[in-house]
Amino acid sequence: MKTCTLSINNKKVTVEAGTTILEAAKSAGYYIPTLCNHPDQAIKANCRICVVEDKTSGKFVASCSTMVYEGADIHTNTKEVRELQTGILELILANHPNDCLNCIRNESCELRKLCERFHVRNYNLAHETDIYPIDNTSGVLVRDRNKCIKCLRCVEACQEAQMVGVLSPSYRSVNTNISAGFGENYDETLCTFCGQCSAVCPVGAIYEYDETEKVWEALHDPKKHVIVQTAPAVRVGLGEEFGMPRGSKVTGKMVSALKMLGFDKVFDTDFAADLTIMEEGYELLSRIKNGGTLPMITSCSPGWINYAEGFYPELLDHLSTCKSPQQMFGAVAKTYYAKKAGIDPADIFTVSVMPCTAKKFECKRPEMNASGYRDVDVALTTRELARLIKNAGIDFTNLEDEDFDSIMGASTGAAVIFGATGGVMEAALRTVYEVVTGKTLENIEFDEVRGLDGIKEATIDLDGTPVKVAVAHGLANAYKVMEMIKNGQAKDYTFIEIMSCTGGCAGGGGQPVGANKSIKERRIDTIYNIDKEMPIRKSHENPEIKLLYDEFLGEPNGHLSHELLHTHYHQRVKR
Amino acid sequence: MGKSLSILTKNFNNINVDTVDDYLAAGGYEGLKKVLSLTPGEVIEVIKDSGLRGRGGAAFPTGKKWEQAAKVKEDSYILCNADEGEPGTFKDRYFLEYDPYRIIEGMTIAAYAVGGREGYLYVREEYGRQKEIVLKAIEAAKAAGFLGDNILGTDLSFDIKVISGAGAFICGETTALIQSIEGGSGRPKIKFQRTAVSGLFGRPTLANNVESYCVVPALFTKDAQAYLSQGTEKSRGTKVISLCGNVEKPGVYEVPFGITLREIIYDLGGGIKDGRDFKFAQIGGASGPIIPKSMLDIPYTYEDFGKEGYSLGTGAILVADDTNSVAEFMVTVQEFFVHESCGKCTPCREGNRQLLKLAHKIADRKATVEDFLTVKRIANVMNKCSFCGLGTAAPTAMVTAIQHFYDMYN
Repeated sequence: MKTCTLSINNKKVTVEAGTTILEAAKSAGYYIPTLCNHPDQAIKANCRICVVEDKTSGKFVASCSTMVYEGADIHTNTKEVRELQTGILELILANHPNDCLNCIRNESCELRKLCERFHVRNYNLAHETDIYPIDNTSGVLVRDRNKCIKCLRCVEACQEAQMVGVLSPSYRSVNTNISAGFGENYDETLCTFCGQCSAVCPVGAIYEYDETEKVWEALHDPKKHVIVQTAPAVRVGLGEEFGMPRGSKVTGKMVSALKMLGFDKVFDTDFAADLTIMEEGYELLSRIKNGGTLPMITSCSPGWINYAEGFYPELLDHLSTCKSPQQMFGAVAKTYYAKKAGIDPADIFTVSVMPCTAKKFECKRPEMNASGYRDVDVALTTRELARLIKNAGIDFTNLEDEDFDSIMGASTGAAVIFGATGGVMEAALRTVYEVVTGKTLENIEFDEVRGLDGIKEATIDLDGTPVKVAVAHGLANAYKVMEMIKNGQAKDYTFIEIMSCTGGCAGGGGQPVGANKSIKERRIDTIYNIDKEMPIRKSHENPEIKLLYDEFLGEPNGHLSHELLHTHYHQRVKR
Repeated sequence: MGKSLSILTKNFNNINVDTVDDYLAAGGYEGLKKVLSLTPGEVIEVIKDSGLRGRGGAAFPTGKKWEQAAKVKEDSYILCNADEGEPGTFKDRYFLEYDPYRIIEGMTIAAYAVGGREGYLYVREEYGRQKEIVLKAIEAAKAAGFLGDNILGTDLSFDIKVISGAGAFICGETTALIQSIEGGSGRPKIKFQRTAVSGLFGRPTLANNVESYCVVPALFTKDAQAYLSQGTEKSRGTKVISLCGNVEKPGVYEVPFGITLREIIYDLGGGIKDGRDFKFAQIGGASGPIIPKSMLDIPYTYEDFGKEGYSLGTGAILVADDTNSVAEFMVTVQEFFVHESCGKCTPCREGNRQLLKLAHKIADRKATVEDFLTVKRIANVMNKCSFCGLGTAAPTAMVTAIQHFYDMYN
């Protein structure tokens, strides 16, 4: 490794050559302020607040985009550097609504934190804010351009990581703003609602459409039987909202909190994930046996479904017809559970807690009413659940653990790994192998499909038949896979998992903000640890799933399943 | 010193540019012919020895730039920046209109010297007529064997594409210009490698201003001596300036470096219009300083302006008589920058917005001492922190106006 020794505030540091001054300063114990910088993204150098003084060259440079060099004499806290940094902060504030008290991001706002750090109390610049209409018609994401600081993180997330290309900077100078499509609202574009824009926004310019009040209303309605399901990735993200270490496992605390909030039953989406594996596994086997369209692609990720429907309408036959676990849960809750519990499904209100913004879009799809009612009434993000808990004054970090309720609360290790990229594939392989071969799978951990590589591959031997599978996460990687299918280069794949977001649901657009790859990795590690600790780690061994088929559905991929648990896809067009 | 020199500008209004014939009769392409008898290394030495510095405003040593491009093994794109957008600057327009073959010859010499097969000439959108003239000249040069394959029977093959801007001042900045040619929006882009290594389409690129290319042929002909005998030790040769504003004879003039502003304004320009008094001049375009009468005797050289902390910029000289208000002029300048900032970086986008408000306040005679200090503070942030040259230079006019006309309220 080629290294470089330089001085930061008169302290010698040696770092790898090619490191930015910003990173080198971190290793010397200094956090240089940043706003547009994001560790998972390209260097943009737009906000300029990371300016430092290079006394060797006598220049002031943006530390995010200037590489270290041997002998550089860098200063991050001189009088003038602080004046310049404060000056930039004040210039941003002069164009910012500064209504922190009303802002959804308040405590998690990076701009507000910098104001605290720089002790901005009064400044004499003319205050001139923008007056753009708020884009809130999608019912999924809200865009308030008046709060935008033009860091362009959202644009990069949309264009590079996701390759959706809905967001772009438009106009110039003081009129610069981030447009969706050609000056449209999100719901008039082919936005996939993955929400990655909201996850990287440093301020309150893009956020989830908050539906916590709807949930309070249901909870306060004595006639309603309110049940809740929580997705696998929520239990490894929620704690972050309460200052717990990134990736903390908070399953038991989360269940306790939900019970304290007054939900009549606290169920687990993991139950429905096991159900998905049964349905999807059998669908795959049926496609293989009957010459159906292959490779089959998973359909759990609604951001991915939106992407496929928008950009690859000609390839929709490749998508599994299985609904996502969220929707399977809703359909089963308002039929099977309603019947068993003796409750009129009209009185059941289903809430789901998801690491995802696209789940809001999914549950609002008109076709998602197989039970005769809205299968899922409200989908909350992890961030909104935290808001509910804070709202109720619950001392989350000190809660005792509690268990999910029966009969839709039992789950397996296979289900929890749905929260990580490659998890659905791994869970499916655990079940499909045993169903096809009749043998017990010895090594149930498929390392080839784990981790943050963009596209992963594995081959599993099904009694002499090698089955090749692939896993992709982040829509830019989905694009690559879909192009391969389109060009006939994916014929030897049988099954492909695609997740909309980098890292899978652990890195979902509804998770606590401020995540990056290493934080996503921590959440994923916790997910795999939960899997390891589970007494049952294969979906087909889930006793409540067995009971569901025995008592209600009959057989996987059967007639009733198709009515309740499967769907079909349509081309999405720009409105 | 009553009149303009005519070394680089000798063909202005003197040749028919519809065909290459007049250009040839006036000694055109003698430079290229000479160049083709030299090695590329020798050509670059001549450029370096001439002391030529980029005439677009940044004044980077041209020879050094060419040397960097020549070091890259692959072919370079030969880029000509004709996005002449600094207010008050119109000298490149004259070259485009009256001597297009000189630009083509200069670019062809560059192609030979640094190794290149494709040229791009990026012309500002407003120069529609000039663009047509250049396109015609390129066709004529091609037909006469001065462009295309095996130029003058040698191994040199070179052609030029003409690209029109879309009306953004920022596209004169090289990385923004490159983005614009590539089909992106005209905003400057972070670069971690020199343009010589990774420029247009991510390939090696040599980018120069129109006038810089136009100096080149002269260095290889008998004009060389006339050119090099002008100027000072550190600012050799001549500079083509655009003189405008309240002078009797505005226009494009070729001047020797070392001439004073007073000589330019009073001798070449015929003095202030209608016999009025000089109030101030802005040097080098909207990004340049505003100077008072007391500075009229500063020699027009890189070094003498550098001593004052100024640059010559594009060579624009805008003269204002005593009927003009410095404060009103600051408003005009800031309006320009608020219109033309690309909006990418905070200091330029927000700084210009604030400066315009303050300029209005000053012009309305409502400014306090604190406001003047705020101008200074914002200007410092813009100057030291902006992403590109537009933002760093944008506050120059206001800062210098306040510096020299602090008594503007009186």
